[in-house]
Amino acid sequence: MSKDAILTAIRRGLRRGPLPADQQAMLGGRLATHPRHLIPARSRVARPEQVALFIRNVEKEFGTVRRVADAAEMPAAIGEYLAAQNLPQRIAMAPHPELQGLDWDSRPMLQVEARRGDPQDSVSLQHGFAGIAETGTLMLPSSPHRPTTLNLLPDTEMVFLRASRIVGAYEEAWDLLRAENQDARTGGFMPRNVMFVTGPSRSADIEQTLELGAHGPRRLHILLLDDDPAALPAP
Amino acid sequence: MLTTSPAFKDNAAHALKDAGLQKALGKAKGAFLQRRAEAVSRLPEFEALRDVGRDIKNHTLANLDFYLETFAANVERAGGHVHWCSTAEEARAAVLEICRKAGAKTVTKGKSMISEELGINDHLEKHGIDPVETDLGEYIIQLRRETPSHIIAPAFHLNREDWEADFRRAHTDLDPDRVFHERRDILTEARTRLRQKFLAADVGITGANFLVAETGSSVIVTNEGNGDLTQTLPRVHIALASIEKVVPTLEDCVSLLRLLARSATGQDFSVYTTFSTGARREAEIDGPGEYHVVLVDNGRSAMVGTEFQEMLRCIRCAACMNHCPVYGAVGGHAYGWVYPGPMGSVLTPSLIGVEKAGHLPNASTFCGKCESVCPVKIPLPKMMRHWREREFERHLSPQGVRSGLGLWAWFAQRPGAYRLASRIGVGLMGLLGRHKGAFKSLPLAGGWTAGRDLPVPQGGTFMAQYAKRMRNR
Repeated sequence: MSKDAILTAIRRGLRRGPLPADQQAMLGGRLATHPRHLIPARSRVARPEQVALFIRNVEKEFGTVRRVADAAEMPAAIGEYLAAQNLPQRIAMAPHPELQGLDWDSRPMLQVEARRGDPQDSVSLQHGFAGIAETGTLMLPSSPHRPTTLNLLPDTEMVFLRASRIVGAYEEAWDLLRAENQDARTGGFMPRNVMFVTGPSRSADIEQTLELGAHGPRRLHILLLDDDPAALPAP
Repeated sequence: MLTTSPAFKDNAAHALKDAGLQKALGKAKGAFLQRRAEAVSRLPEFEALRDVGRDIKNHTLANLDFYLETFAANVERAGGHVHWCSTAEEARAAVLEICRKAGAKTVTKGKSMISEELGINDHLEKHGIDPVETDLGEYIIQLRRETPSHIIAPAFHLNREDWEADFRRAHTDLDPDRVFHERRDILTEARTRLRQKFLAADVGITGANFLVAETGSSVIVTNEGNGDLTQTLPRVHIALASIEKVVPTLEDCVSLLRLLARSATGQDFSVYTTFSTGARREAEIDGPGEYHVVLVDNGRSAMVGTEFQEMLRCIRCAACMNHCPVYGAVGGHAYGWVYPGPMGSVLTPSLIGVEKAGHLPNASTFCGKCESVCPVKIPLPKMMRHWREREFERHLSPQGVRSGLGLWAWFAQRPGAYRLASRIGVGLMGLLGRHKGAFKSLPLAGGWTAGRDLPVPQGGTFMAQYAKRMRNR
């Protein structure tokens, strides 16, 4: 069998047989404790600077961010963005309780459909699991409440994100997922799909020159709910 | 994939005369270098992270059997399937079998160098399945029925006018007189065209930048989003990966990701970095129903324990070729197989044999730039030297080279004779060229003077000048 052939060839190269039990246990320990390595200092700053760094990095990568003070203002912020971009007042929204709980009645002209993404969709609203300040990256783990297609098919992706969910480094985002997620099939924390998204889709395949809007969304707009008093900018 | 590596010298000569290629290389050359340098300068820890990256990969390779088994067990726990394949043939058969079971007519593909290595597209086509490359660069390469000339920018050798001409030729249902005002119009046409393919595909095939043992995940990194559409929309997702892609944990993986985009495109992070783990879960409303990992050896395990083991650290960022003066002069196709540039010059002889690819490790000045930018510190020049040694030992180098080296070795082992001979040579050349400054041609040095002048030596040999300087101190 090829599995045995491959493993045998590797062991021959390493000049040993299968690892003895104690060494396997040691490696198992490394997997269980998943130690961190060097983490860049840039994201180890006070909360307000961390959020500011996140926003700066999103904008550097051609995304946009709007800070919203109160969840009650969220539907209006979305409606205004769509109007400003000349987009239809119609969104495909992740069926996430936090998004479904927003006061959509306050914006009767805005048509909201909780579902997966479709090829005809012009705008989606996704639920952000975490934001990573280090590079302005969103962490979007798949779940019945957070369909992956909403990150991919629409021309414009909007993402709802709580400021309290912005962390410094990727490792901290993994820690959130490890702590909060449980997958019914594996008993582990890893969902089927975890997307890290940094800005809108792009390509530099034509003459190594960057163009936005390849196969994924052409625009990425983050609606940042300022739910973390410690993360607000100094007045 | 077929190889033209044995014809490297002819390939290179043609490449140097190819005006379109030279235009494309000239345009692109500086961009990658500058963007990488800027990205590195924004991250003070970059140099320290290169050591981290090297150590993670070394640890993994020292325990590769353990991590591969752990990975496979975790894939299966998440409802996926692992297909272990020793050879390219086995891997092609495994992919075809999965596609057939799925009743596939159309297969979309994310960019994958291992797919090129295995020749997946030809194999599927031969069996009546339509493979569609969806990465923009790969798409035009497929239209042209070419191979990629660069591992992260497949269409590195093309100019905008090539794109326009090929799109007009291939998309015959569109107005033939349409105007491409800017690059974006080309991009938009490809986007529209490929959107239909994404939706029609029965199977999506991606590569993998990493495999994570801890979780049984395959990881892809893209800017376009094509890889994600490929692995999300069809009913079946196949991830093709070679065995050295495995890393132990998510923490190990993100440490390497900090190096990858910066070294490759000079971005701090790619737009989409996606971890796929198993098939669609209960109650999920999108994602593939089946998840397969085709785990390919195809010559890698034979590198373990040899002087080429360190090559298995490679994360395929392309920094070495971006910084290589040889790649910059001849482009990727001259190398004649899947992997060009310095990493290809080391890997290709390992995978297809030094008797076919012996020219590649010789196509280097050993300037060392590749090693100095490698994010996992692979000693590329040292390994190219190992290949030259093996080539010599196996009597594969041409007689002229062997006699020349023999002659040089004789003198090198006799310092007195060496100094005498070089003194005579330098003196003679100085005498012959005393009115010229440089030679346009010289007996026995035609290889040099065919492309450039040889300066006339001035002021005696190095040893003579050195001795004089020491006396005068």
